[in-house]
Amino acid sequence: MPGLEPGGASVLLMIASVFFAFGIIASLYRLIVGPSLPDRVVALDMVGFLVVGLISLAAIVYEIESLLSVALVAALILFLGTAGFAIYLQRRGTL
Amino acid sequence: MTATDIVVGVLVIVGALFAALAAIGIVRMPDLYTRMQSATKAGSLGVACVTLGAAIEFAQPIPSIEAALIIAFLFGTAPIASILIGQAAYSSGTELWGQTSRDDLREELDRSGRGLPDPSADGES
Repeated sequence: MPGLEPGGASVLLMIASVFFAFGIIASLYRLIVGPSLPDRVVALDMVGFLVVGLISLAAIVYEIESLLSVALVAALILFLGTAGFAIYLQRRGTL
Repeated sequence: MTATDIVVGVLVIVGALFAALAAIGIVRMPDLYTRMQSATKAGSLGVACVTLGAAIEFAQPIPSIEAALIIAFLFGTAPIASILIGQAAYSSGTELWGQTSRDDLREELDRSGRGLPDPSADGES
């Protein structure tokens, strides 16, 4: 199974996945701490972005092309979820 | 280590750096609207760089089309989602940062005579 062998460009891929993991943890911090509900929605949006990027990175690392389809579907669902949260916030503001 | 590996590695590292910077912005920025612009711009650019790296790595038609679709979709929908959240948050009375110097939406609403839907949001200017 291809993966992160030592040496070559895979060191860069390893560092990149560490960056992504750091980003997800930082966004989760904002998701938990965030003072208001819109802050949490933005943080959840960011987690979704980072997950899409991490799936693309996994497609490179493990050499599985079909993971790009997974990333595409994740991006679609991410937009739907964020739009739904926004409509919920708008309604909650006016009612 | 071929040239393709180097290009892919650089693209992936740059993308991951942008993603990490966007996350730092999410944590460190003072209010919702600045956090939102950090997440939308830097985040989508980072993910687009990584996906472009995937397209170059595979160098085949179908993965390239999928990567192009992902990038186009991210750049198309991230601003829409951002503006939806921003309008919803503004109309539900989320406070701006204390040192905000311009509030164009407030002036627009005042000029057109429409107030905010929520009167309790008026104490923020």
